[in-house]
Amino acid sequence: MSENTFINYFKNSFLPILSIILIIFAVWYIFTVYLNSSIQIDSYERQKIDWDFSDLVRDTMSQKKPLLPAPHQIVSEMWKTIFMIKITSKKSLIFHSYITLSSTLLGFTIGTILGIILAVSIVENKAMDASLMPWIIASQTIPILAIAPMIIIILNAFGLSGLLPKALISTYLSFFPIAVGMVKGLRSPELSYLDLMHTYNSSRLNIFWKLRLPSSVPYLFASMKVAIAISLVGAIVGELPTGAVAGLGARLLTGSYFGLTIQIWSALVMAAILAGTLIFILNFISRITLKRMGVQE
Amino acid sequence: MKNAIISAEKLNLIFETADDDVVALKDVSLNIDEGEFVSFIGPSGCGKTTFLRAIASLEKPTSGKLTVNGSSPEDARKNRAYGYVFQAAGLYPWRNIYRNVSLPLEIMGYKKNEIPGIVEKVLKLVDLTGFEKKFPWQLSGGMQQRASIARALSFDANILLMDEPFGALDEIVRDHLNEQLLQLWKTTNKTICFVTHSIPEAVYLSTKIVVMSPRPGRIVDVIENTLPTDRPLEIRDSKEFISVSQRVREGLRSGHSYE
Repeated sequence: MSENTFINYFKNSFLPILSIILIIFAVWYIFTVYLNSSIQIDSYERQKIDWDFSDLVRDTMSQKKPLLPAPHQIVSEMWKTIFMIKITSKKSLIFHSYITLSSTLLGFTIGTILGIILAVSIVENKAMDASLMPWIIASQTIPILAIAPMIIIILNAFGLSGLLPKALISTYLSFFPIAVGMVKGLRSPELSYLDLMHTYNSSRLNIFWKLRLPSSVPYLFASMKVAIAISLVGAIVGELPTGAVAGLGARLLTGSYFGLTIQIWSALVMAAILAGTLIFILNFISRITLKRMGVQE
Repeated sequence: MKNAIISAEKLNLIFETADDDVVALKDVSLNIDEGEFVSFIGPSGCGKTTFLRAIASLEKPTSGKLTVNGSSPEDARKNRAYGYVFQAAGLYPWRNIYRNVSLPLEIMGYKKNEIPGIVEKVLKLVDLTGFEKKFPWQLSGGMQQRASIARALSFDANILLMDEPFGALDEIVRDHLNEQLLQLWKTTNKTICFVTHSIPEAVYLSTKIVVMSPRPGRIVDVIENTLPTDRPLEIRDSKEFISVSQRVREGLRSGHSYE
């Protein structure tokens, strides 16, 4: 990267992002003081302490169980639970992230495969096209929070517990964008591309492998980005109704039992970081793949 | 009639649409001999592309008789009797030039070790040696169209169907490609059916010019081109060229109603 492009990158990408972050932080701090102040003032009055505004600002940002924790409280909690604790400990955020991540990835993988299989059968088979799509759409109108405990309980009755039931909730959410995106992708070839195949008297199999599938790749990647983010949501939601002891969902759950708002927010921020990282990795793979497929830069 | 390779007799093709039936071809009868270069010319909607697509078995005639290579168009398509060049080059963007040209060969089950030699040969025919690794978007419009011609030539069908292949190109590139195409036709001895909007192109290239007219799509004139087979570009300034062009123009005018 030459110096010039670096400066351009800084100007065009880094600065705008940085300024948005600064604005969010500023607003956040203002709300921290505002939301936590009533409890703080109550406590001053009960203890009959004289206080001024600077006391209020300082103390609202260092409560144990604030209504809204200040960003630096979350950062310090995350620092503590990520770097200061052995990752095998149940208090380590890395440990919990790993649990959630593994069910996210398993669910996402199954969801992607399922979505692709559904899309292929819909595109290649007219009866499937007519019968399957309404069910696929209906499946997504059911609130996942309502159905998640059922899935876990039913699978448990079949002797399935642990990672797989949670992962299947991710699958339930993630197969949908994949299926819809792939159907569109597999149907994306222009008529003239298909005519060309007909002039070769090409078999359906060849049309699929040499035309439909390559055409669908950009659509697949776009859907995968949506799917992986909701897989993570699915994994966290899957941890809630089971009273799970591990995972980011469990951190949210114990946090809300005991009013540990800082712990809840750390888990939320961690989930956001995970989602961001997963999408970043997918973006990277997508760019390399599409470049190798000759997509214009 | 000597070796008619494509023969149409009272061919009708009607597209049924919601509000009205469109007669794309009405009573079209035509014989094309082996090794001919036939141009189809006429305004939009005259059925020239439809006729080409019917030959290619991409459209089904409503009535009449059409044979290609002595069999039905569908059987001819199944026997891979023709190569088709579309108006847009239609190269698959995710395949480089080499793999675009090898596409029909892969589909038709050519042996893996035969393919490189064939691709090299046809790319040389269209003067694209050295561009094997390039992706379509890295090539100019004219080069893309040449690659698409190479693709149509690769499996050595004896008929080449071309649907306004140079329509989207500028005149300089077009002249150059016309010269090359004529050369190609002479060296390969293929039968070429060529759809065009351009009178000079039709007169310059063909041995036979079929003038068509719309509503309903029909043939108004079939002109045997009297120009010598050896045709430098300058021939377009000759008296003979101009007189053939005039006849084409008259044909177009007679069939066209300007209401």
